[in-house]
Amino acid sequence: MSRPLLRLEGIGKAFGPVTVLDDIAFELAPGEVMGILGENGAGKSTLLKIISGVYTPSAGRIILDGKTFTALDPITARRQGVAMIPQEFNLVSTLRVYENVFLGQEVRRAGLLDRAQMRRRTREVLQSLDVELDPELPIEQLSVAERQMVEVARVLVNDARILILDEPTTVLTDREVAVLFDVVRALVAKGVAVLFISHKLKEVRQLCDRLLILRDGCQVEVCQAQDVSEEDMAHKMVGRELSQIFPDRRGTPGEAALKVSGLSVPNLLEDISFTLRRGEVLGLSGMVGSGRTEIAEAIMGLRRKSSGEIEMNGKPLSIDSPRAAHDNGLAYLSEDRQGKGLVLSFNVMENITTLSLPRYVRGLIRHGAERRRAEEYQQRLAIKAAKLSDPVSLLSGGNQQKVYLAKLLDIDPEVLILDEPTRGIDINTKQQIYRLIRSLTDQGKAVMVISSELEEIIGLCDRVLVVREGRIAAELSDDKINEQDIMLYAAGARQRGMAGAEVQ
Amino acid sequence: MNDATNPNSPGQSGLQRLRRLPINATLLAPLLALLILFVLSSFASEYFLNARNITNVLRQVSYTGIIAIGMTFVIIAGGIDLSVGSMVALVGVLLLYVVNAIADPIQAVLLGMLAAVVAGSLFGLFNGLLVTRGRMAAFVVTLATMSIFRSLALYLTDAGEVTTRNPLFSSIGGGYLFGIPIPVWAFFGLALAAHVLLAHTPFGRHVCAVGANSQVARYSGIRVERVVLSTFIIAGICVGLSAIMLSSRLNSVSPSDAGYFYELDAIAAVVIGGTALSGGRGSVWGTVIGALILGIINNMLNLTGVSPYLQGLVKGAVILLAVLLQYRRTG
Repeated sequence: MSRPLLRLEGIGKAFGPVTVLDDIAFELAPGEVMGILGENGAGKSTLLKIISGVYTPSAGRIILDGKTFTALDPITARRQGVAMIPQEFNLVSTLRVYENVFLGQEVRRAGLLDRAQMRRRTREVLQSLDVELDPELPIEQLSVAERQMVEVARVLVNDARILILDEPTTVLTDREVAVLFDVVRALVAKGVAVLFISHKLKEVRQLCDRLLILRDGCQVEVCQAQDVSEEDMAHKMVGRELSQIFPDRRGTPGEAALKVSGLSVPNLLEDISFTLRRGEVLGLSGMVGSGRTEIAEAIMGLRRKSSGEIEMNGKPLSIDSPRAAHDNGLAYLSEDRQGKGLVLSFNVMENITTLSLPRYVRGLIRHGAERRRAEEYQQRLAIKAAKLSDPVSLLSGGNQQKVYLAKLLDIDPEVLILDEPTRGIDINTKQQIYRLIRSLTDQGKAVMVISSELEEIIGLCDRVLVVREGRIAAELSDDKINEQDIMLYAAGARQRGMAGAEVQ
Repeated sequence: MNDATNPNSPGQSGLQRLRRLPINATLLAPLLALLILFVLSSFASEYFLNARNITNVLRQVSYTGIIAIGMTFVIIAGGIDLSVGSMVALVGVLLLYVVNAIADPIQAVLLGMLAAVVAGSLFGLFNGLLVTRGRMAAFVVTLATMSIFRSLALYLTDAGEVTTRNPLFSSIGGGYLFGIPIPVWAFFGLALAAHVLLAHTPFGRHVCAVGANSQVARYSGIRVERVVLSTFIIAGICVGLSAIMLSSRLNSVSPSDAGYFYELDAIAAVVIGGTALSGGRGSVWGTVIGALILGIINNMLNLTGVSPYLQGLVKGAVILLAVLLQYRRTG
């Protein structure tokens, strides 16, 4: 085996009295992909931040290509060839693609920016990624998947030798994931070493050579990826047997709760019609950008519709604002938890009662009632928070998501539309959220789940709508809910077999 | 992501209840600064603790303090209002016109005060509409209206001082209640009402949400534009109150001097009080403390005979210090 590119010896990290990492030691060879597994809060992100120089370790040594460091800073780490693609992208949204790719390392000629060369090299790199993207576009016009490709491109022009990918696939559809993996494999063939974090165990097995498993800040083991099954991985991460991840489907759905007919939004949606029944989990699948989120936003009064009717319990509604939607028993969980879901500087209580605040007012806000309700949710949803009065920004992603769900539940909605309800969340919390969704439908509520994870759609949903290019491409149920059928419709390889509906 | 995942342990409720008291961590620093300043001042000058001097400082503080309370709402919601100083002059002029136009002195004063509050809220509405409906940055809008309001005040009066002979008018700003000047009562009464509005009503919660993340607020069904508009109207009403106190104390309004640089004092008070200029959080009591700190500094510099030309320097240094400390705390 060649000399390791990266070697950690006894790395530990404590924040005040709290130890979040303890005695981590492993090696990473050129051309190797190592997966880092662990639940939310196991210390994965802390470890990556130490390697990329954001955090200073409290103990241990980092050996990069033979050079020993007791601490790194981001600039040194980058000079040593460490590049990280973070979960939350670091792109300047007002700048163009190529300007972002070369941000901080602009190519100059005679002291001035050499835009032509930067554009050309950006285009080359994007082509090598098989991504069709105009280097001239400003970032704010790009989808999440496209933004990630810009991050990847930035790493490539950097000639990184150690690439850290922090949950890169959570925002991607399966096809985009395949593209990303091809890119990673090409890099590995060139001798780049990769650290890969993902909650999707299947992907981890597909991509990684070895695995580092963390639990509560400790290294459980380092093993060959091929030697462990997905069940074993989950078991080692959680430290106990995981029962079945998805709850059983139950009963037959009741009468229609939400009926959408002929819903259109100019340039985005065309003639969307479907029915959501009580006691049912309806899946909404499709590529990123297919119009899934827009359907939810149009129903919630967040987008102006050009036509279409929405009925609840057989009664037509006119919803022109989220407030009207909430008043009529509709609630929507956005896929963008931090940008559209929670006020990060607000505490747990204040976030939970954001929608339901009028219920806590008797002249003034009754803070005691707010607190009691928040405590109830803390118990019911197992929200881990040091203090309910802490800002939610201090909570881990999974716990933030639980607070967001509690915020919706607190207006006691009849219909919940959940957009990527488990994005970036560990398997244990995922399981809890799936159970919660099923218990809601057991209470007679209706739930629509929008998801990029086929596994989730297949495991959780009673019925699935596949969206493609702003239309509903198919409605699938029973044994038709499988990967192949969904993908075929989502990619447009198969059209709905209705008379007169054959297109192209 | 790791530091907050320890399970909730019981026995914290006492501590948590403490948070509900007006004194919390963000207020502590300005409060401490105020106390230190107070002690220093009492040593620096033998006149400082003189009841008359204290009363004067409080009265002096209340004119800009009242405006700073309104400014607190605007800033927490993510905006800024640079027009408040000019607005004081314009509202003051209109107020005296109304007072002078009515023969009955009692009616004149009451209607004049009403007119001042209405005018202030209308000017605030104007600012707010330009920001929300006009989709312009608050900084730009109020920079423009700052110029417009001052210009109107000068034009209406031909740049001359407006005075009144109404015998009752001066007893508002110049009067006392239980030995304390009426403007001071107004300042603290307004602060109490504003604190309740900000910390204990849905509106206050919405103001913070809008300032912290307007997108989240929109998705949560909060009428973002209406909230922003309301904060500008609140600022306008506060300007109206301040104009009443100021013009009745002086029994006149100078369209060129009245409210001059008040916007800066008000913003400074808000910032010193710990409210983030980026919006999203803040407190009325912090602003009150900020205003008091500025007032005491002014007073101390006067008492100790520091050149008036240097007073701006000291004020600026205090603002920088306050903001610097805030960033240390949060970053």
